[in-house]
Order: sequence, then structure tokens, then C-alpha cells
Amino acid sequence: MEPKGQSLISTQSLSIGYNNARQGIKVLHSNINVKLGAGEFACLLGPNGSGKSTLLQTLCGFNPALGGEVFIDGRLIDTISNREMSFLSSVVLTERIAVSNMTVLDLVSLGRTPYTGFFGRLKSSDHQLVVESIKAVGLEGFEDRLVTNMSDGERQKAMIAKALVQETPLIMLDEPTAFLDLPSRIEIMHLLRKLAHERNKGILLSTHDLDLALQMADKVWLLAEGRDMETGTPEDLVLTNEFRHFFEREGILFDNDTGQFTIEKQKVKTIRIVGTGVEYKWVSRALARRGFAASDEPFSGFQVEIKSDGQRQYLLTGPSGKTHKLRTIEDLLAQLDHEEATFLTD
Amino acid sequence: MRKPYIYFLKGRQLTFFLISGLIILSIALFLLNLIFGSVNIPINEVVKILLGNGSTEESWRLIVLKSRLPQTVTAILAGAGLAVGGLQMQTLFRNPLAGPSILGISSGAGLGVALVLLLAGKIGGVALSHLGWTGHLSVALAAFAGASLILTLVLFLSRHLKDNAMLLIVGIMVGYAASALVGILKFYSMKEDVHAYVIWGLGSFSTVSWSQMWVLFPIVVLGLFGSFFLVKPLNVMLLGEQYAGNLGINISLSRLLIILCTGLLTATITAFCGPIAFLGLAVPHLTKGLFRTSDHKVLLPAVVFAGMTVALFSNLIARLPGFDGALPINAVTSMIGAPVVISVILKGRNLRTPGV
Repeated sequence: MEPKGQSLISTQSLSIGYNNARQGIKVLHSNINVKLGAGEFACLLGPNGSGKSTLLQTLCGFNPALGGEVFIDGRLIDTISNREMSFLSSVVLTERIAVSNMTVLDLVSLGRTPYTGFFGRLKSSDHQLVVESIKAVGLEGFEDRLVTNMSDGERQKAMIAKALVQETPLIMLDEPTAFLDLPSRIEIMHLLRKLAHERNKGILLSTHDLDLALQMADKVWLLAEGRDMETGTPEDLVLTNEFRHFFEREGILFDNDTGQFTIEKQKVKTIRIVGTGVEYKWVSRALARRGFAASDEPFSGFQVEIKSDGQRQYLLTGPSGKTHKLRTIEDLLAQLDHEEATFLTD
Repeated sequence: MRKPYIYFLKGRQLTFFLISGLIILSIALFLLNLIFGSVNIPINEVVKILLGNGSTEESWRLIVLKSRLPQTVTAILAGAGLAVGGLQMQTLFRNPLAGPSILGISSGAGLGVALVLLLAGKIGGVALSHLGWTGHLSVALAAFAGASLILTLVLFLSRHLKDNAMLLIVGIMVGYAASALVGILKFYSMKEDVHAYVIWGLGSFSTVSWSQMWVLFPIVVLGLFGSFFLVKPLNVMLLGEQYAGNLGINISLSRLLIILCTGLLTATITAFCGPIAFLGLAVPHLTKGLFRTSDHKVLLPAVVFAGMTVALFSNLIARLPGFDGALPINAVTSMIGAPVVISVILKGRNLRTPGV
């Protein structure tokens, strides 16, 4: 038995999957040992079909575990009733909530359900909390807005406010940033991290946003088929090559330097790039996309010189020795393609 | 175009305004139902009769007390009960097309009635349709038995099916199966019996006598009362079962109670009045359009009064002077109700966004 108060979630050799009457038991993942503490913001990463949702559902108590044990706040999950669970963990699911005539205030108020009486009437203290939470997620002034008339990002914030008023030490969110545009994703992730740190809540979310998770998560949980689950701070996972191993597929490479995925090219060609600063970075990026690795060798076939004094200009020198002046990276790439084609046919 | 005054009201004011409006309207319609008919009785006489002071004309007293009053009370009970059932089903299944008959309960009642009406003629050689009052009672009993059978089946399935969508499909399928059996029975039956069945299918508030009211009244009141205890689970169920579970609601128990409550109301009302399904589908939509809230604390009392009002209005139209006797109630509810519901939905501002 896990001592109380040590971690909000902890699992011991947990197996997840589904138990279907016809197809029998299908184990998606086994031997999962994870922990989540108070004030910790953890991101669950993994490819589609790796069992992210199933794991979350199991931790929420919606799905039974196929083996091993889940402890929530130190108690075995099977011994926690629905009612007790409503005081321990709140959830935000992927499903889009569309109830006509329901305002943000109505929606967030439903989060107080475990605390309200028989008819679900809110006391003034409950109402106060609802208004505060709406403010905390940045939806002030949206109280009377209908949830059907909101953007996905706003609705997601309202769902987070609903989870907040439930006043649970633990919040679990299943892909809260799916369907959102980039600014909204960043906003939601920031908001959740802030809530975890300021209110000392344990927050676990599943996401596909690798770069955001790397930047913001206190802990990353990596889930991939055929491997044991790995957890740790994102930096540790990068440095121990865990990321690289987890996302290793044919032709796709996790670049430990940039923290991004790169498409591995069959042949790596080199190019000399002369320049500095931000211009240098973006030009090398564009060239990398064409399969050219930046090299400091004095001459390796192609050379690009970046002139950034006054007017932006790129000087491309090909193997033929001719130099072209180009205004944009787009032109540069076009010229490069052209030069390469003529060079190869010669 | 000028917007009506109610568009400027908000929250509690709007609720209060509309609820009182509906109450006044239903009281007015209640009296109108007693006044108008093949014989028009003056209002002061009606009030005197209701207060037990008798009337100058004995026949008026008999008409009001023996015929119009039970019919009007039946309309009130049926309207309120079916509307509540419809609201509960729309919320439980999170589907705007759900109604009290969605679980196949009405079809079950229809099957029971078909068995009695159509088979009795075949086996006993007596057409029940000629038996009068005893005939009516046996029809009601058969309908109740059929509806209860289906209700039991659905309740049993609801314990084993985790998914509401599955339950909905099963309910609809059970309904189809029952209708198919009715079709076979009809095919092999005598013309008069089929006619009697068709008449039952058109619905009527006028078949309930005071002696039958002692069954209808308590069950409907019990169902309505019970539904008010389900306000909290209903509100949370709007978010779906997983959220409801996470908010500490006992889902299987709540679902069982909701189905039981709706089933009881629908089975009883269908048994006595025939399948008046449309009310249960339309009234919740009408109410949601008017009250513009998703809160069942408001919606439940609202649909009770709206259901009463619509049923009383339909009953009044069905008996308007000129329509000799009475029009079938189903024809009236659907003919008046359908355009009203369509206009409410089209006027709603959330035309493009789906939702319950």
C-alpha cells in the first residue's frame, strides 16, 4: 500500500487495454509504473493507437485495469467510489460538448455537482467560486455566452474552469489541445502549467504537441507500442536518447539538437553557408529541407553567402563557379534546384 | 420587426414571466375546455358546477362532471406526463429526436392492444369493439401489459448495455419488431377490428371515466413527482455519461430511474389515451425554445405546464363546434404542433450548431 499523500497517481506494473466480450482481452500496454505528484504538470506523449486515451481512462477509473494496481491519492482505485473519486480527480475529455441553451456559467456550475445538494442548487459561495474560476481561465465576460457559440479554444477553457471548480487535487485531460490552432494550444498549455504550479494541483494531459510538451512539462510520460513506458523530465529524456528511440521510424528522426523531428534524407549533401544569426538559422533550415547539411568546409560544391546589411541578399555559388544574386529564400531554393539539375546532367 | 418584450428579459425574470404565463394560460384553457363543446355552457354555470353548487340545468351538470371534466383532467395528465417523459429521454440520450416513445414503449402498448382487439375477434368470435365500457378497460389493460413488457425488457437491457446509443438502437428495434407483429395481426384480421385498432391509434382523451381515473391520476402524479427527484442527474447527463460519472453521479442507478419514470408515465398514458407520442417530442422543444436554458430545475416545471397547455389547446380544437363529436387528438396535436415546433427551431439562434 502506497503511503498517503506521497503521490496523487501511482501505478504498479499496471496493464491497460480492453476486455471485449467477443474478442477477449486485448492488452495494449503492460508494466506501467508511473507517479504524479502535487504541483506537477505532466504530459503523456505517444503516437496514435499507443493507448494514451486508454491509460487516461484507466487512471480516471472509467476503464478497469487489466492487471497491476492504480493508486489515486494513496488509495487503490477499485476501492474508491464514484462519489469519492469526484472529490479526487476531475476530467476534461476529447468529446466536444454541444448542449443548446447552455451558458458558460451553467457549464462551469456543473463542476460543483459533487458539493451541491439534492437539486443541485448553488450556494453563494459556490457561485463565487464559479465566477472566480471563469476568470482564472481567462473567460471573464463570457459567463452568459452559449457554449454552442464559442470557439473550440474558448470551450476548452470553459471545460478547464469546470474541472477547477470541482476543487480536486488532480486534473486529467485527454488531448485538450486537439482541434486548436497554435496560439490557443500555447495558451491552454500555459494556463494548465500555471494552475499546476500556483494551485499545487497534479495535472496530467495527453497531447500530440511534442514541442510544447518539451518546453512546458515538468514530466513527460512516453508511451509507444512494444516498449516500456518511460517517464522523466523532458531534458533527461532527450539526453538519454529516449525521445530518439521512441519516435524512431523509418525516415523520421528526432533531432536532439533542435528538439524537432526531421525527415531523414537518403543522401546528405553538404553546402557551405556564410552568415550569422537568425538569417543563418533559417537559411540552414530551408536548405536542410532540401537535403543539404550546413558545412564549414571551405568548398563543397555549393556555397551560400548571406548579405544582411541593408537589403537582404543571398549569393549562391554553384559548382560551375557562377554566382547568382537572390532576394528571397524561395528564389534561392529554386536556383539551387536548377543548378543541381544542370550539374547532374553535365 | 419589433422584438417581443420577452426577448429583453433574462434569467429568473424570464423564467418567472413565462411560468406564470403558462399557468394562467392553462387555467384559461381548462375553463374553455369545460365551456365549449357540442353544447356551450356559460362560464358562471361551469364555475358553480365545479364548486359543487349545482346548476340550473341538470344536464349541464352531467355534461361537465361526467364527460368534460374527466376528459380535461386526462388531457392535463397526458400532456404533462408525456412532455416530462420526452424531456427526460432527450436529455438521457442527448438526442433531440428522442421522445417518450423512443424506447419502444408505445409500440409495446400497440402490440398489447392489437393482440386484444384483433385476436379476440378471431378466437372468441366477438369483436371487442362492440363491447363498450368493458372493451375499453380490457384495451387499456392490454396496452399497459404490452408497454410494461417492453419497459421491463428495456430496463433489463439497460443494465447490460453500457452505452446509451446502443440502448437507443435496441429500443427502436424492439419498437419495429412490435410494429411488425401488429402488422401481421392486422393482415389476418376482420375489417371492423382493424378499424377499432386504427381508432385507438389515433388517440383520445375521452375514453377515461372517473373509475379509470383512479388508476391514471396517481401513477402520472407519481411519475411527475419522481421526475423532480432526477433534476440533478439530468443536468449532469447533458455532458454525457463519463462527465456525469466523474461528477459523482451514480450513472446506472440514475439511468434506471429515468427510464423507469418515463416508462411508467408513457405506458400508463398510452394505455388510456392511445399513442399520443407527438406531444412528448414537441413540447420539450417548444419549452427549450421559450425558456432558453438547459437547467432542468427550470425545464421540468416548464414542460409540465407547457405540456398541459398544449394538450388542453389540442383538446379544445378537437372539440370545436362544427367538428361533429371529436377529431382524433393525434391529428390535432401533430397538425398544430409540427408548424409551431418548426418555427421555434427556425427562429432559434443556434440553427447551425447541433445540440440537445
